[in-house]
Amino acid sequence: MGTPLLEITGLHVLVEGKEILKGISLSVEKGQVHALMGPNGSGKSTLSNTLMGHPKYQVTQGKILFQGEDLTALKTDARARGGIFLAFQYPTAIQGVSVANFIRTAMKARFGEKFQPKEFRKELKAAMASLGVDESFATRYVNDGFSGGEKKRHEILQMAMLKPLLAILDETDSGLDIDALRTVSEGINRLRGPSLGILLITHYQRLLNYIEPDVVHVLVDGRIVRSGGKELALELEAKGYAPYETAKTEQKETVPQ
Amino acid sequence: MSDKQDLDIGKNYEQQYGFHDPEKYVFKAKRGLTKQVVEEISWMKSEPDWMRQFRLRALEHFEKKPLPWWADLSILSQIQFDNIYYYLKPTEKESKTWEDVPADIKNTFEKLGIPEAERRFLAGVSSQYESEVVYHSIRKELADQGVLFFGMDEALKRYPELVKKYFGTVIPAADNKFSALNSATWSGGSFVYIPKGVKVAIPLQAYFRINSENMGQFERTLIIADEGSSVHYIEGCSAPVYASDSLHSAVVELIALPHSHIRYTTIQNWSKNVYNLVTKRAVAYENATVEWLDGNLGSKLTMKYPGVYLMGRKARGEVVSVAFSGKGQHQDAGAKMVHAAPETTSTILSKSISKDGGRTSYRGLVKVYPQAENVKSSVRCDALLMDDISRSDTYPTMEIDAKKVQIGHEATVSKIGEEQLFYLMSRGLKEQEATTLIVNGFFEAFAKELPLEYAVELNRLIQLEMEGSVG
Repeated sequence: MGTPLLEITGLHVLVEGKEILKGISLSVEKGQVHALMGPNGSGKSTLSNTLMGHPKYQVTQGKILFQGEDLTALKTDARARGGIFLAFQYPTAIQGVSVANFIRTAMKARFGEKFQPKEFRKELKAAMASLGVDESFATRYVNDGFSGGEKKRHEILQMAMLKPLLAILDETDSGLDIDALRTVSEGINRLRGPSLGILLITHYQRLLNYIEPDVVHVLVDGRIVRSGGKELALELEAKGYAPYETAKTEQKETVPQ
Repeated sequence: MSDKQDLDIGKNYEQQYGFHDPEKYVFKAKRGLTKQVVEEISWMKSEPDWMRQFRLRALEHFEKKPLPWWADLSILSQIQFDNIYYYLKPTEKESKTWEDVPADIKNTFEKLGIPEAERRFLAGVSSQYESEVVYHSIRKELADQGVLFFGMDEALKRYPELVKKYFGTVIPAADNKFSALNSATWSGGSFVYIPKGVKVAIPLQAYFRINSENMGQFERTLIIADEGSSVHYIEGCSAPVYASDSLHSAVVELIALPHSHIRYTTIQNWSKNVYNLVTKRAVAYENATVEWLDGNLGSKLTMKYPGVYLMGRKARGEVVSVAFSGKGQHQDAGAKMVHAAPETTSTILSKSISKDGGRTSYRGLVKVYPQAENVKSSVRCDALLMDDISRSDTYPTMEIDAKKVQIGHEATVSKIGEEQLFYLMSRGLKEQEATTLIVNGFFEAFAKELPLEYAVELNRLIQLEMEGSVG
């Protein structure tokens, strides 16, 4: 298979002086969908922010290789231009900046000279239509007064336009009703292909009914405690995270006082 | 995450606007302000006696009045009034056509893009180079409609009665120290009269430039919109860089007669050593509308509070202002709405950004007189701070003496968010591009009101201000 798209080895991450990720290793190949599941506070969002290079997240040990190259010294914007995309759980509002202007600016940054300004309107219109988004959406200000569903559609719209190689979807299912969940999932499925790797971060199994993963990882207390096929997600649905959380408690108890 | 370096506005400015021509002046007055200087100005211009008297009375007010106690005196008190030239005249007379304009002055204008701008959409250009209007043209169709658009000095010669009727009626010389100074020393500026029912479709524009060390520029503008007429006037400023301080103190009076509409747009981008102390005020009669769009990017200290006196039933006033304050700058701007008639409405929207230790202030007044019932007024001020060392203050005053009024006031102060930057950078924007986008977005409410070319220029100016400021 050659070089994996994303290869994380022994990753430790500090947030405001506290260690949140305690040695994570995982490897995503092109064309694969990996689901990362775990309870609240397990470090899921820390991993997505770290992969995107948020300045608050400090890598103390381990490596993140993207297409074989070490990312850790690269700033957020350089990672994005290289083809990494993060769909935010809570995307922030940018007053006075229209969706169209925002996406155009981002595409110029991502594609440089290859960006086709003449094709842009048409492309945006088509992408909005396939996500069931009204045309007026393009003139609204970024995430300003958006409903939960609109925010998530907007993230997937950007993903469609920016054509990343690696997409990290951070709780893209949260705050969606069942119809919105279906539209958003269909949008993601349309983007699946042999060159795109997806890391799907979710608390619940229900998203995986729509987007079938190749690999499922269970993240508890900053460590991947189990990896397996899609059936693992169903098992989690039935039994919950409790068995793993117990393990976590036991570990804590073994720490000398 | 951002290694701060000083924002070198001077350097950008020098490249963009900082050219200047060797000084060639027909007449150069002495430094400082005396009765003799005022008499000389009036004599040089061959003015009618009433204007000479007006100037001399104004000089007395200027000498008597103290600096405003509430101002930023740490900066304001640095002005050395005795060290300023109060009048310069670059060429003997006004030029009517582009060909008549002297070559070096033309050169300056060409660098500013004026001829090009005119080709595109200008109705008339009245460009102030130093203290006199040297180039002035009106498209024929406007002249045919009876629109008068002249340099103020020429208007005083051609239409002395019309000027006398309105001059100084909105802003009396004694209004404040700087209106008194302007009234005593004024030179240049624009005079616009729009006849009854005439709607001027394209904006009238004037460019102003200061181009002599320690020189005061005291232009005086008077716009009269007769009944049912409408006009959009655009004033743009840019000034070259000099080591010592320059004083700019304009007076702008607008008279909106019943059912008329005046919009007055300014984007001030003086170099960072200019004191910009301007009095701008309008009166709006029955069912008339006055809108001030006021952008303040440059200068060391700006003090400017465009006002509308709503004198007739259903008159409307609006001020939309933006301010950008960088290192060593204080933008002290705001608005004044005086409701003196029933059913009048006013809106104030103020947006300000401070960075690198810059300071912005919103200073506003909403006054409602007892007989003015069913008045509506809304005030909104948003301030954005780019770092911890910058500052923003609001000083709103409300004097409401009538019943049945609806008054709203909202103020927000926010800091540029790490999360906003991260979000934009996660889409591939460099930190500086992200900051510029956020800032442009913040000013969008103002920019969307501007003609396209001005909006583009504003965005470009903001980009210049942002360059090199974040790591």
